[in-house]
Amino acid sequence: MNRREFAKLMGVSAVALSGIPLGITRAAGQTKGGTLNTIIQPEPPILVTALNQQQPTLTLGGKIYESLLRYSPDLKPMPGIAQSWEVSPDGLTYTFKLFPGITFHDGKPLTSEDVAFSMTKMLPETHARARAIYSRIDKAETPDPLTVIFKMKAPFAPFLTALDCTTGPIVPKHIYDGSDFRKNPANAQAIGSGPFKLKEWVKGSHVHLVRHEGYYRKDEPYLDEVIYRIIPDAASRSLALEQGKIQLTQWNDIEFYDVVRLSKLPNYEMTTKGYEYFAPHQWLELNNRVKPMDDKRFRQAIAHALDLKSMAQRVYFGMPKIATGPVSSKTRFYEKDVKRYDYSLEKAKALLDEMGLKPGADGKRVTLKYLIPPYGEVYQRAGEFIRQTLGRVGIDIQLENTDVGGWADKFSNWDYEMTGNLVYQYGDPALGVSRTYISSNIKKGILFSNTAGYSNPEVDKLFDEAASATDDTRRQELYSKVQKILVEDVPVIWMFEAAYPTFIDKRLKNVTSTGVGVHESFSSVSFG
Amino acid sequence: MTSASINSGGRVFAVALALAGWFVKFVAVVLVIATFNFILVHAAPGDPAQVIAGQSGASDEKLLAQLRAEYGLDKPYPIQLANYLKRVVTLDLGYSYRQQRTVASLILERLPATLLLTATAFTLALLSGIILGTLAGVRAGKWSDTLLTIVSLLLYATPVFWLGLMLVLLFSVQLDWLPAFGYVTIGVPMTTLQRMGDIGMHLILPAVSLAAVYLAIYTRLMRSSVLDVTHQDFIKTAKAKGLKQGRIIIRHILRNAMLPIVTVAGMQAGALVGGAVVIETVFAWPGLGRLIYDALLQRDYPVLLGVFLVMSVIVIALNLLTDTIYRVIDPRVSVRAAS
Repeated sequence: MNRREFAKLMGVSAVALSGIPLGITRAAGQTKGGTLNTIIQPEPPILVTALNQQQPTLTLGGKIYESLLRYSPDLKPMPGIAQSWEVSPDGLTYTFKLFPGITFHDGKPLTSEDVAFSMTKMLPETHARARAIYSRIDKAETPDPLTVIFKMKAPFAPFLTALDCTTGPIVPKHIYDGSDFRKNPANAQAIGSGPFKLKEWVKGSHVHLVRHEGYYRKDEPYLDEVIYRIIPDAASRSLALEQGKIQLTQWNDIEFYDVVRLSKLPNYEMTTKGYEYFAPHQWLELNNRVKPMDDKRFRQAIAHALDLKSMAQRVYFGMPKIATGPVSSKTRFYEKDVKRYDYSLEKAKALLDEMGLKPGADGKRVTLKYLIPPYGEVYQRAGEFIRQTLGRVGIDIQLENTDVGGWADKFSNWDYEMTGNLVYQYGDPALGVSRTYISSNIKKGILFSNTAGYSNPEVDKLFDEAASATDDTRRQELYSKVQKILVEDVPVIWMFEAAYPTFIDKRLKNVTSTGVGVHESFSSVSFG
Repeated sequence: MTSASINSGGRVFAVALALAGWFVKFVAVVLVIATFNFILVHAAPGDPAQVIAGQSGASDEKLLAQLRAEYGLDKPYPIQLANYLKRVVTLDLGYSYRQQRTVASLILERLPATLLLTATAFTLALLSGIILGTLAGVRAGKWSDTLLTIVSLLLYATPVFWLGLMLVLLFSVQLDWLPAFGYVTIGVPMTTLQRMGDIGMHLILPAVSLAAVYLAIYTRLMRSSVLDVTHQDFIKTAKAKGLKQGRIIIRHILRNAMLPIVTVAGMQAGALVGGAVVIETVFAWPGLGRLIYDALLQRDYPVLLGVFLVMSVIVIALNLLTDTIYRVIDPRVSVRAAS
């Protein structure tokens, strides 16, 4: 007896239970049609990515809002709504040519005016990360509806790497101009120009996107619909995957302990690709203001004492790559030739002894508190592992639990000793790396600033120079130098280049074809 | 017993007086609860601005200042509290800036799903609990009693999320009889009747899981209550009168044994409105419990306070209902005593 027969037995008409018809028709090349069922969790508060940049908002909003450029997995710019672009030799003028015929979901055309408005008016007002980048634009010119020219105040090399859909979503000027952006009633409808538009959002249940018929790319999007189901429980999400109710998972949808088991499912391919642009970098954050963590030798001792290889295996089931320094190997200007801290309890103990930090009668040299980041079960396990492994050299760790509000409050106000941190790099050290180490970014109350309180004038100078240098060879030189200094100083203990398991139904094509991966527009995704 | 001596006009007056007194108490209790909620909610570390920053991977002073101004968090606490109480008195639940919706609309949207789930589970638990408890009670010491006792203790000791997952594994994964999660099939056109049937099929597993624990409580309670009553003198009298066993159980034992159940059920009915967070999470049921849980994690104060307020009103109303049911079941409880 199956569900249909059981329903009949129960006297319920089985019509509704026959499953979602895929309605696929085969066109030239790629298959047209079909419904992609996937997961979104936690539920985003709104879908306007210009106003809210929480990860689920960006995943969903990436289908609704597009930006000037897309990026290949090795972070080369590719056409987004801009079909071509030019940079002047002095690095001060950027000219973008838009594709013709782009329309918003309300039918109005998208022009250079909308691009200029979004990037110089709205985003600098509403989007913290975009503000730091686009406020460097001196002025935007729109000589014709398909051309937009940005004149920079000063050369800023990573500008061309900061035009993805999570940083620079283009919003309709005719809806937002002159309004209170955050209170605009149109926010509920989330009008963008992306391949999918919002049809229905049943809070707590699902978000239903349908194809934008006026999409400018020929034959795209291939899918008819994308349904994001809100499934808050990890076990239920794994079950949904096993039962084939969904065709795609992303980010933390599947817990690490389920990955090995679910990877054996015949209908899915598991990949960790598609996160290159974000390159989430994971580290053990040490409050450099708290003794003895102000001593470089203590931090180096921790780097030697942490058994990262076992941790990657035991806690993360072999998924992540061990980080070698502040820059991810996936990010531009990565330097691999830096000092390595091999796992050695002897070296760690020697460093601690040298500091005069001798073990007491109970074998403990020092007791420190570790604030467990509240981002899922795996962080609890990671905390327990860190306590175990540091305990072996006499560093006693006490674990503290909290929720996101509590963590953000304590961490950003420097009311912590150790915690875990995970920060996106956004393709360029000037966008996602320097903020953690430069002195000018030591800001109380602000998350993802230089919360450790590390300060080194030489590091400040190198990062500063590298951000404005326009020549890539010169930038590499400066970034290599700063990476070497930082690895010697270990302001934080870099642990992993975080990996996320993306399960993709084998019929699906092009899901992780860009470096922005699951945040991408999905205009080229198709069933077969 | 004074009710016999009061004429009918006096009785109406007594009821009106009781109602008025009850209303004054109701308003006072609601205001105290609202104040207490406000203090409690704001005592949690962090605020919505910090949470948004923490989940966005980027933050700066301007973002925090903007969000705090928007949420009204830049004003001192006493003013925020005064503004909130003013809204409570005018029955305005407020506005969730985070979700850009009024709190009332957010609650109304979730309430039907929660009520459907909890009312079904509650009814199921109460009815089966009374029946099974009575069966166990009148057959105390026999093997059927032992079996019922073991089963109800097992259910009582089973974590509800685990039971839910096991039911899903059995009925959704192994047998494929019932849907594993959600409240309705998405993306399929349906007639109203089909839709009701579809929701009903989605309802079975979460309702049974939620009912299980309560079922165990009611069974245990009913059993001991029935045992208690069975040994009273009036039951012996009824037996001596030669009444049939079935009539004794229904007319005499049940009616008297029900009182403790009504007390406990009345208290638990209130908790059911907001107490299904775990089941709603396991089964992705779009109810109020998850709205509260999410709002708590997000420090979405207006939603939290709004839901708390609605729930406290419902709990108070259910208490009134419980009192009324008492009076119906047990005429010895008078209006005056109950008020």
